[in-house]
Amino acid sequence: MIQGAVIKQDRLRSKLAFAVGIIFGIGLVAGEQGYVGDIWRLYSEDITYLVVQHVKLVGISSGLAILVGIPAGILLSRDWMQRYSEAILQVFNIGTTVPTLAILALSITLLGIGFTPAVFGLWVATLLPIVRNVYQGLREVPAHLKEAATGMGMRPLHILRAVELPNALYVMFAGIRTAVAINVGTAPLAFLIGGSGLGELIFTGIDLNDMQMLLAGAIPTALLAMLADYLLGRAQYWLIPRGVNPLR
Amino acid sequence: MIKLEKLSKVFETPGGGSVIAADQVSMEVPEGEICVLLGPSGCGKTTTLKMINGLIPKTSGSIWVAGRDTDTVDPVELRRSIGYVIQQIGLFPNMTIEDNICVVPDLLGWDRKKARRRAGELLELVNLDPAIFLKRYPKELSGGQQQRVGVIRALAADPPVLLMDEPFGAIDPINRGVIQDEFLKMQKELRKTIAFVSHDIDEAIKMGDRIAIFKDGHLVQYDSPDDLLARPRNDFIASFLGSDRTLKRLSLLKVSDVMLGDQVRVTAQDDVARARDMMQEAGHRNIVMVGPRGRARGFLHLNDIRDVTGRVEEHFQALPTTVNVDDDLRTAVSRMFRHDTTWLACVDDDGFFKGFVTQRAISHALGATYRDAAQPAEAFAEAL
Repeated sequence: MIQGAVIKQDRLRSKLAFAVGIIFGIGLVAGEQGYVGDIWRLYSEDITYLVVQHVKLVGISSGLAILVGIPAGILLSRDWMQRYSEAILQVFNIGTTVPTLAILALSITLLGIGFTPAVFGLWVATLLPIVRNVYQGLREVPAHLKEAATGMGMRPLHILRAVELPNALYVMFAGIRTAVAINVGTAPLAFLIGGSGLGELIFTGIDLNDMQMLLAGAIPTALLAMLADYLLGRAQYWLIPRGVNPLR
Repeated sequence: MIKLEKLSKVFETPGGGSVIAADQVSMEVPEGEICVLLGPSGCGKTTTLKMINGLIPKTSGSIWVAGRDTDTVDPVELRRSIGYVIQQIGLFPNMTIEDNICVVPDLLGWDRKKARRRAGELLELVNLDPAIFLKRYPKELSGGQQQRVGVIRALAADPPVLLMDEPFGAIDPINRGVIQDEFLKMQKELRKTIAFVSHDIDEAIKMGDRIAIFKDGHLVQYDSPDDLLARPRNDFIASFLGSDRTLKRLSLLKVSDVMLGDQVRVTAQDDVARARDMMQEAGHRNIVMVGPRGRARGFLHLNDIRDVTGRVEEHFQALPTTVNVDDDLRTAVSRMFRHDTTWLACVDDDGFFKGFVTQRAISHALGATYRDAAQPAEAFAEAL
């Protein structure tokens, strides 16, 4: 019941996001002499450049988070790690209570100013939801499936690949989706530590009290977040096998 | 063949103590038989089963499966050669039914096409249409269908030995009965050697060629169902089998086991006087009237025809019911009680009259052991 409701909400959300995106798009194209049109005329060059920067920042940091988070989650979920994994995840949990801005600030002390510390900060913020969901997803694979697999003569790595990961995929994907959403939303802060991205327009707009400049950064950021969520939603729908995909 | 020799399992508890889950269990399941491991929960039956395929490592003793000492075989290879069915079915939700069935053949490196063809054949064996089910996912099947697939998955690579851990425990009673019957029918052809864990005494009697009863890690009695019910070794076994254990034997015996294969019969055209003579000569109070080719049509009661003349067809009564020679005695007794009668005419599949079964003969058979009762019950025709 609850799961069903969540799924419906999920579907509704991605449809809504898509609809809003289209409306914004139409606004951008058709609103040549409207307010949005003015912004576009003034800032189109900045926007196109900064969107690429923004996407680079988000793509690299979440890509790295996925690359590290999945193996880490798998490792923590192994039976022989059980003694330590809850403690480790507790440490991670405390880590999330630290505000992202603080993490970014702290990464300056380690890596200085620029693109690298920005990626690092975003990577840290994104890593936890991924690790936790991978871990959770794998631990929730029913024990009897693993027993059946062992009893039929599968070796541990094969069980992980053919049974555990496919059955944990939905929960893992949910973690990645959350992580990327956080990442896209946090990325504007990267500007504060010398990373590029749409934050440049937003914060400069705030400082200059220039509403148009601010919106030139904020609207694309919002659109990017929705687009990312929509694309991941589609990927979740199509990539996860039908037998374990509650959406299908 | 499965052979256990002084097999023991001791679990260490965190407090430094130990629990003996299986204590010097020795038994042998002959080729082609079903052995049911039976007992209350915590008696060690599941532990014993799981030691056979190494899911639980044994503490001491030895295990032979299909002639090989399991210590000399790689556990993974061993498991691939043993079919394994668990109570929760354990179909992999991420795989289609076809892929689920092909798990072990794929592990063994069978030709992909051959394995897929085999999956289709196996589905047909349990009356599931391959065209419909091969490409479905487990969640799209009912519980009973999933359980059938669970069983045929274990048979996919044609292992000589099968381990089944309460395989039909999660299904509703009606479906369970159906699947049990299907499975027994398959087993008649396949002749696998099967160790089967159950906590249901009725299931054990129905499925088992032999039953091993466990208590607190000990194998208390290992016998055929009938011997077990007729001669429980001690009070524990007797109480575990239930106070109605004698009645449970009813489902183990067939009508043909206690039937009086009597050739005494009359036809519709016979004279009543002749029927009367035949009854008096045989000492019966009833006689069955058969049709021209020998089908049971009706009967005459001695008291009704004592003073009448004419032909049988003018005086006979319809038979209230008959029983098939292949039915079990439980069915026969149930019919007798339903129709308030002390005897039944037995017929074969085509309705031909084969003989009688009487309440007296049945109760005698239950009182005696299986082998004694196998001698025909000619002496118990007086109720007829």
